[in-house]
Amino acid sequence: MLHLQCRYTGTIPLEAETISPDQLVGKSLAEMEKLPVQHGNRQGCLADYFSIRGDASDGAIAVEGDCQRVKLIGANMTLGRILVDGPVGMHVGAEMRGGELEVRGSAGDWAGAEMRGGVLRVRGDVGHLAGAGYRGSRYGMRGGVLLIDGAAGNEVGAVMRRGFIAVGGTVGDFLGVSMIAGTVVARGPIGQRPGAGMKRGSLILLSENPALLPTFRESGMVRPLILSLCFAYLRDLGWEAPRDMESKVWRRHWGDLVSLGKGEVFSPVGSSR
Amino acid sequence: MTATRVVVTAASLEWARVAGTTATGNASSVIGCDVEAAIESELCSSDSPDGRPGVNLLYFAFSRAALEKALVNRIGQCILTCPTTACYNSLPCSKDKRIRIGGNLRFFGDGHQMSKKLGERRFWRIPVMDGEFLVEDYFGTTKGVAGGNLLLIGHDPDSTLQAATQAANAIRNVPGVIMPFPGGIVRSGSKVGSRYKKLKASTNDAYCPTLRGVVESAIPPGAECVYEIVMDGLDLACVEAGMKAGINAAREAGIHTITAGNYGGKLGPYHLHLHKLMTA
Repeated sequence: MLHLQCRYTGTIPLEAETISPDQLVGKSLAEMEKLPVQHGNRQGCLADYFSIRGDASDGAIAVEGDCQRVKLIGANMTLGRILVDGPVGMHVGAEMRGGELEVRGSAGDWAGAEMRGGVLRVRGDVGHLAGAGYRGSRYGMRGGVLLIDGAAGNEVGAVMRRGFIAVGGTVGDFLGVSMIAGTVVARGPIGQRPGAGMKRGSLILLSENPALLPTFRESGMVRPLILSLCFAYLRDLGWEAPRDMESKVWRRHWGDLVSLGKGEVFSPVGSSR
Repeated sequence: MTATRVVVTAASLEWARVAGTTATGNASSVIGCDVEAAIESELCSSDSPDGRPGVNLLYFAFSRAALEKALVNRIGQCILTCPTTACYNSLPCSKDKRIRIGGNLRFFGDGHQMSKKLGERRFWRIPVMDGEFLVEDYFGTTKGVAGGNLLLIGHDPDSTLQAATQAANAIRNVPGVIMPFPGGIVRSGSKVGSRYKKLKASTNDAYCPTLRGVVESAIPPGAECVYEIVMDGLDLACVEAGMKAGINAAREAGIHTITAGNYGGKLGPYHLHLHKLMTA
């Protein structure tokens, strides 16, 4: 396992997309130390900001220290495993295609943005636009799994095309906005206008009284088997899904009717609009 | 033979059995049916994919294409139509050895079907009048072994049927094995070929007691009845285990003679020698 100890304490964000198994596996320590990182408008090298020890031959990287100002860790990764023991900055796991990335702390905005595969797990909170698409992109998340134990900000899963997002804490406004397909599970209370403009896909809301837009139409009480499979899938991934959910009756709404209207929002019966 | 395993779950074990029995009907032999199939075992809620009781079904056909065609028809007509059921794959599903079932059945949804991809598995949700029919997109296949058989030769019809029933019950407990004939027992055992050119198989005259004296009979003196147990397995080890279980049970029931047919090697590439099997 390769160990990277973050020594950076400045306020200008550091763009370190070189911290990825794809970039580090097969390189000697000397080669790793010379890998470029962007510091503001100047380019530095990895050794300027991180102490490096061990080797990455097994594809495993441990990042230690306060990385709140370090962006793009694990961006575009396709294999291996990264463990960040502490908080991390924006764009963690953005556009990742494979492998596992675990953050034992909180993450900034755009966590897992446009990810296409692999598993990104954040043990703490995330900022806005987790699993979303970058401005101007047609699609957000296109595959993989994004698990957030804590709270999430606004526009989680915006323009999501495929994949699975689960949020354990509270979620901000516009959850799944303009979603095209995929699945989002939100365990805690959610903000305003969930699913606004969604075409297809599933929002599974476990909280009481989700306030939906008037452009969602109720289709009645259901006990869909697919929810049992979703919760079993989450448990297999090690995410704590509530135990009693399979036995619940769910209210399903179709929407958003301002868009294609084939999206669905599930909420347990007992909650109402 | 190409084989697959289908898990069918339902709101109760009774409905899962109904679906399983119907979907494996008219599937005794590929001599005259599109597949050989039967219920392999029952599943309790804790072992099934969706937390409901179910049954495991095994299907065997000559090719993946034949298996896919048969399963799309059978699941579409017998499981999709059965109240509360859902259908899952339970074999490894590599891209070069899979058959598409849900992906072909989804069109019944007339545009209202939805899919959900969880990991590498895609599930189709087809709206039906009691909710949704859930069926997995692809099912894995494997190279199975079909045609494992035992010929149980008894003193009289009653005791022979009793021994065959006990043998079939013992084989039913072996995982990965099915007995596709009614109750697991065949009375019309066949040989390969016929004097009539259009027939692929005809009555096994050497084991018909009423033909003694007319044909060269294989029935030993003192025996009056023969039943055959045919079994198909997911691999050779499953068939061997099934045959062992059947032989032991029939022996305990006091059967006169136990043998098996290899039909001069025309049945397939596998030869299971009973004495070797029991001493291994």
